[in-house]
Amino acid sequence: MTMKYKDNPQAVADLVRPAEVHRDLYIDDEVFALEMKHLFASTWVYVGHESQVPNAGDYFATDVAAQPILLARHTDGEVYVLHNRCPHKGTKIVIDRTGNTGKFFRCPYHAWSFRTNGKLLAIPLKKGYKDTGFEQSEAGQSGLPPVGAVKNYRGFIFVRMNQEGISFEEFFGGSLSSLDNMVDRSPVGKLEVAGPPLRYMHNCNWKMLVDNQTDTCHPMVAHESSAGTAVEIWESIEKDENTKTPMAMEVIAPFMSPYEFFEDMGIRTWPNGHGHTGVHHSIHSDYSAIPGYLEMMVEAYGEERAKAILGENRHNTVYFPNIMIKGPIQQLRVFIPLAANKTLVESYIFRLVDAPDMLLERTAMYNRLINAPTSIVGHDDLEMYERAQEGLHSQELEWVNVQRLYDADENLDEEAVENGTTERQMRNQFHAWKKFVVASMEAEARDLTDA
Amino acid sequence: MTLPTRDDLIDFVYHEARVIDEGRFDEWLELWGSDSYYWMPLDYQQDNPKNMTSLMYEDAFLRKLRVERLNGLRTFSQKPKSRCSHVLNRPSIEAFDPKAGQFITRTAVHYVETRLDDQFLLTATVHHHFEMAEDELKIKLKRVDLLNCDAAFGNIQLFI
Repeated sequence: MTMKYKDNPQAVADLVRPAEVHRDLYIDDEVFALEMKHLFASTWVYVGHESQVPNAGDYFATDVAAQPILLARHTDGEVYVLHNRCPHKGTKIVIDRTGNTGKFFRCPYHAWSFRTNGKLLAIPLKKGYKDTGFEQSEAGQSGLPPVGAVKNYRGFIFVRMNQEGISFEEFFGGSLSSLDNMVDRSPVGKLEVAGPPLRYMHNCNWKMLVDNQTDTCHPMVAHESSAGTAVEIWESIEKDENTKTPMAMEVIAPFMSPYEFFEDMGIRTWPNGHGHTGVHHSIHSDYSAIPGYLEMMVEAYGEERAKAILGENRHNTVYFPNIMIKGPIQQLRVFIPLAANKTLVESYIFRLVDAPDMLLERTAMYNRLINAPTSIVGHDDLEMYERAQEGLHSQELEWVNVQRLYDADENLDEEAVENGTTERQMRNQFHAWKKFVVASMEAEARDLTDA
Repeated sequence: MTLPTRDDLIDFVYHEARVIDEGRFDEWLELWGSDSYYWMPLDYQQDNPKNMTSLMYEDAFLRKLRVERLNGLRTFSQKPKSRCSHVLNRPSIEAFDPKAGQFITRTAVHYVETRLDDQFLLTATVHHHFEMAEDELKIKLKRVDLLNCDAAFGNIQLFI
């Protein structure tokens, strides 16, 4: 196969134009390999939450940048993020998604053992390596290697696979306010993962899911069959003044809001590909108050601050490259790229520590009604992604359009708030994609030249 | 009050599966009691449907929504429609207590769903909890435990 993009940063840069992107970003295997190596390794990628590994020896295994990774709680209380690969023969050290390994990891193949911070602990019959130069080998030196850098931000663990690169603070900047708001909604400022995630396999490119998070012109179209039908059924039911709107209706009906609702809600973008819908209001704004919750928040934070925290109704916040959070309902979705045309979506929910259980009940309901493989909302989203993944193979048209409310003067390196139906956040993501992929490719080319 | 027989429970389970397989969903909605739930847990041996995510936990309103949506003109993920087939092991009677009004069956099920060129197989253990309502047997709770509940799925669009 001839390589079209490898070692050719200019060809990659040409795939992203200001208001359209080339279809190869979605369907090309070579581009996929390049973005794993250059985008996912050079940016800060979400791995997991510290509450998934509360005790020493707890671990959680996942994939980052299409590589096997594990997150482990060491005896010193720190969370380490390590490559899940025995330095000996390559065996994955753990394959269950969560568990407790005790004081050390032990490879099931030849019993090489490692501390929970990744350091090599022991090798059976080690005398066999005497005078072989083993200490100088990769296997003899590496243990379970740590990733390049780890940041635990208020319980959320992010990694940068590369040793060197942009700092966590610079990469996320003002966007961290969405994570802050989600955590601050607990009266004690603490979240805990509630149960396992929904796991939903999508035969489409991961960026289709990320694009969709701030696509405010699709709900009333793609989800008419679910949200529109819900509204019709509810309207047909006889009601009196005592009839309470069911929680499910509060969750699903706002998907049918008109274009004006989404235009007015606003979209904010931050540099490096982050952004959110729901600046002024959102589909989460009109949920019923949960008895006792406001009082707990006022007690914890004072009235002004409590009202400010609960007054935020950010809809979807995209943390580029591949997660979305919903602060008002404590949901986090990870779009794990597996191949150019395959993405695993994991949808987690969190308990607000010391807040009423009813909040978690609503969040669990949202997760299953909207994001489950059995969800009538999710079904229509996946249908659209898979149709697009197939449609993009037409040779006649090469570009995907992201031009809605585009302005030739727009500066994506500045924070901005705009009309809620703009595709600025999608353009922001592609701008960041190009910036990080091309910079990393150029750095690699320089390293090769220097060598 | 009329009481069901053991055979009534078993026949009901087979009947319900057939109604689904034949796409008679409006009829399926009539098989349920007034305060009833269709529950498909997400976690293995999950004991609480509310404090963590389930795949489905649906009351009468949500079941009706699903069925109405299947009939809708703009239900894109059902253009074309899915079809399904249940293969049931003979249900066993887990509880038969007329005094307490408790009637429970357990059924091993192989479920196949298809749409376009895709077809998949799921295996589940299904518990039906019944109640008598105006001399008719109705479902109070149908709990569907998928053997691979922790796996990643594509769309599952009909009812197991």
